[in-house]
Amino acid sequence: MTARPIAVVGASAAGLAAAEALRRSGWTGPLTLIGDEPHLPYDRPPLSKQLLHGAWEPERLLLRTEEQLAPLDLDLRLGTRATGLDTATRTLTLDGGERLACVGVIIATGVAARTLPGTEDIAGVHTLRTLDDALALRARLTGTGRRLVIVGNGVLGCEAAAVARELGHHVTLVGVEPTPMAAAVGTEVGELLAEEHRAHGVTLRTGAVDGFEADEHGVTGVRLADSGLLPADTVLLAIGSTPAVGWLAGDPALDTSDGLRCDAYCAAAPGIYAAGDVARWEHPVHGRPLRFEHRMNAAEQGMAAARNLLAELGESGERKEFAPVPYFWSDQYALKIQAYGILTGADRVEAALLDKEERRVAALYGSGGLATGVLAIGLPPRQVRTLRAVIAAPLPWEEAHPRLLAALG
Amino acid sequence: MKITLDADKCCGAGQCVLVAPEVFDQRDEDGIVVLLDAEPPAEQHDAVREAAAICPAAVIEVH
Repeated sequence: MTARPIAVVGASAAGLAAAEALRRSGWTGPLTLIGDEPHLPYDRPPLSKQLLHGAWEPERLLLRTEEQLAPLDLDLRLGTRATGLDTATRTLTLDGGERLACVGVIIATGVAARTLPGTEDIAGVHTLRTLDDALALRARLTGTGRRLVIVGNGVLGCEAAAVARELGHHVTLVGVEPTPMAAAVGTEVGELLAEEHRAHGVTLRTGAVDGFEADEHGVTGVRLADSGLLPADTVLLAIGSTPAVGWLAGDPALDTSDGLRCDAYCAAAPGIYAAGDVARWEHPVHGRPLRFEHRMNAAEQGMAAARNLLAELGESGERKEFAPVPYFWSDQYALKIQAYGILTGADRVEAALLDKEERRVAALYGSGGLATGVLAIGLPPRQVRTLRAVIAAPLPWEEAHPRLLAALG
Repeated sequence: MKITLDADKCCGAGQCVLVAPEVFDQRDEDGIVVLLDAEPPAEQHDAVREAAAICPAAVIEVH
């Protein structure tokens, strides 16, 4: 009988980080990496930035070349989807019907872009999650003067709006929330971003989408529930995403209500771990289950899940709770927005520095009397790292606020 | 160990500086990575490999 592999399901940032960490930590047994897309592991953040812009070609997004992957000695299954998992026997079912019995499984299947019913067959209506999505939208935005309506004013919608304006298209950004990125950064910073988008010529609209108008060539407009019709020849749906857990729903041992529920070690069941956008794990410092769709978390959690799986299998080391300081960034026009900790759901936000002229911002976020997050725009890196240190562990607001001010000098 | 950077891809997250501050730094003006030591001593190797693995823009290559 041949040795059972460790299988990593999902060949993006989290899955690749897990596979590499397994090898670095000494796993010499068979290692299977399964990805449903046909591409070698690539990086997603540039999809809505440099790739959409046309500044970078797809090769630039590859996280590793074939030569760099070779030493990992992977059984690499691209264009392959896992369709089921029996946690008791750690056996995966793949879309060709193959059953793969494993010693351990790391689930890093990410999320899928949410769509709206009835849009599948309308030409010109796009989502933006995969490389193929981004290339299709980029092809549509060749030339100038397209009328692009972006439905959803979160991080992705805002980044795409900035790129489309730089390319010379007419851009309308529609959100149910009046302030762009309000859920991610709060309304005060969100308002500053709104001004930035307006200054670059983006039309901002508030409203719920009621439906789409189309003719034989494709989409012609977006209907809003109570404020009329927005003419469009191209639409981007940037209305969030759904964790890719449908294939796991058959196993009663797993909780897939919002991503795959894991303990503080990123374990969902014995021998079964999860990482990246799909994983909702018990953050030991914040004391509650959290799930992040952030690039940094994908790599950090992939590595943590790999090490903890090897520790459970008795291969190396001790299991450690996964307790990162969350981080995300967003690039819009010349602005780089960086944030550490937890900003969503804050009941208190204070912009300690808000220099609109110079586009410099430092803001503190908190809830329940604790400071939990910081955001920086236009600050030097040393200062940003000092801000991070303020909220690396949640601190009473009264202690954190003066430390933040001191860090800003 | 020899380190090379594709700094054009750097997104300025600064995680490499947190993990291996004796090997990496960031430019003040835009946060882009700066290599302090392209051939660091052995006691830095684990930290450098960690930094390369964690970099969210796949900028750091270790040879």
